[in-house]
Amino acid sequence: MNDTIVACLAAAAKRYGSLVALDGVDLAVRRGELLALLGPNGAGKSTSISLLLGLIRPDAGRAELFGLDPQRIEARRRIGVMLQSANLPPTLRVGELLRLTMSYYPNPRDFDETAALAGIADLLKRPYGKLSGGQQRRVQFALALCGRPELLFLDEPTVGMDIDARQKLWAAMRTLVAEGCAVVLTTHYLEEAQALAQRVVVLGQGRVLSEGSVDDLRKRVALTRIRCVSDLDAEAIAAWPGVASASRDGVHLSIATARAEIVVRRLLDADPALDELEVQRAGLAEAFTELTREPTAELEAA
Amino acid sequence: MNTIAFAAASPDAAPVMPPRRVLGAYLAEARSECLRYLRAPGFLLPILLFPGLFYLVFGVLMGRSEGADAARYLLGSYSVFGVMSPGLFGFGVSLSLERDGGLLTWKRALPMPPGAYLLGKMLMAMGAATVVVLMLLAMATGLGHVVLAPMQAIALLVTGMLGVLPFCALGMLVGTLIKGQGAPGMLQLVYLPMSFLSGLWFPLSMMPKFLQQFAPVWPSYHLDRIALVAVGLAHEAVLPHVLVLAGFGAVFFALAVRRLRRYG
Repeated sequence: MNDTIVACLAAAAKRYGSLVALDGVDLAVRRGELLALLGPNGAGKSTSISLLLGLIRPDAGRAELFGLDPQRIEARRRIGVMLQSANLPPTLRVGELLRLTMSYYPNPRDFDETAALAGIADLLKRPYGKLSGGQQRRVQFALALCGRPELLFLDEPTVGMDIDARQKLWAAMRTLVAEGCAVVLTTHYLEEAQALAQRVVVLGQGRVLSEGSVDDLRKRVALTRIRCVSDLDAEAIAAWPGVASASRDGVHLSIATARAEIVVRRLLDADPALDELEVQRAGLAEAFTELTREPTAELEAA
Repeated sequence: MNTIAFAAASPDAAPVMPPRRVLGAYLAEARSECLRYLRAPGFLLPILLFPGLFYLVFGVLMGRSEGADAARYLLGSYSVFGVMSPGLFGFGVSLSLERDGGLLTWKRALPMPPGAYLLGKMLMAMGAATVVVLMLLAMATGLGHVVLAPMQAIALLVTGMLGVLPFCALGMLVGTLIKGQGAPGMLQLVYLPMSFLSGLWFPLSMMPKFLQQFAPVWPSYHLDRIALVAVGLAHEAVLPHVLVLAGFGAVFFALAVRRLRRYG
């Protein structure tokens, strides 16, 4: 199993003064997978990435890249990096930046191929400083993938991109993953995680709150909510098969279930007078909000 | 490089970086570093022109009444003054801006060969120092009627090219201590008083006694002595000054590297 893990944190902890940025995080990135790292600001996403890149050292626990200390250049020759903010030299042309970055790697991707994949073929002659924010992000993406990395770190890659550019970047990421490149993606856009990620890790307050596929994550929190006006006994309903919980709120009955169709049919049979039926499936966004809003309650529920 | 040892130790097919490509990475980094500053004249021109202007006014025009020896003396001193600036500012300001802007963080995450970034900046500073000394030499011989033997001119040029290095290290140290826009001001506070106190603007003999005695604590004093030997106005052993400068450089560099490693 260990040979398929390309990067990992083991019980990694990091504090800045009295602020605990990471509180014992375990995280493993497997070869060829796209792992999305989600969490609100301050959850520890950037700290996790910095540890994996060897930019900072853990106070406790370990960070490993290809089984090595991330500060070893041999490990970093196998990764590509796109950070949240990097003011690249504004007077260098895009093509020059690309050639420079390629020179760091043992076996870089072909120059034209990289430019085409990142969608910057038309920008190569332009000075970096003259590009728009979205174009600069595309150039940074090109620099991240030019080394033919086995593991790509993308920290909020699509911030500042228009919809078209974002779609192109998604397509490029899918191409890379299809080639066997693992990707660690942090993002604020949940639809991005939903569209791309095979596995989602949710961080909150420096800890891993949830880990699994997008569907797992959604299932875990986003049981379908049924609300209706009925005088059925909530406790009895809670014992029905497929019902996760049921509660009464005045005249309203509130039920959480993973199997809404069956429960609704049984409800209607049991109470012909049932009124104001609402069935709502929460999306990833709601699952995420709920996870990060009540971390302790969710951990107990697990 | 220990890449080969690692490849043998790792069961995984780790890519091996051939030495030729490592060298190529160093060259590419140095080339980019030079290109980016050559294209930003706003950064480079003041560094180059400031000492030239100073020499023109004080060495050539005002020094005319003092004779060629004054112009010769000031050629040595102003060369040192001019050489300090690409070291301090070229290194210090760019480093602090790049730490601030995230470029350094990005480069640390990439497999850039260790030191390539600093080596690129160093070459750039040496190049700028060479231009400064050449410019002053041209003014001194062309306008100031200073007569130099070819060996003296070459000695001054070499003094400038190598003499920039301890100031690169000092600039680097300041650059690691101060982030962003505060660095230029701080460097001026180092540069100008140090130049004055080590007798680069006025001969030390014109200064109060205690300042004269204090002068050897400044690295620029030692570089000035070497420059004066180079132009033939001082006759003393150069080696002690070289050693002092090397010591200064090594200490500044070690402190700066330590800070860069720890805090980035």
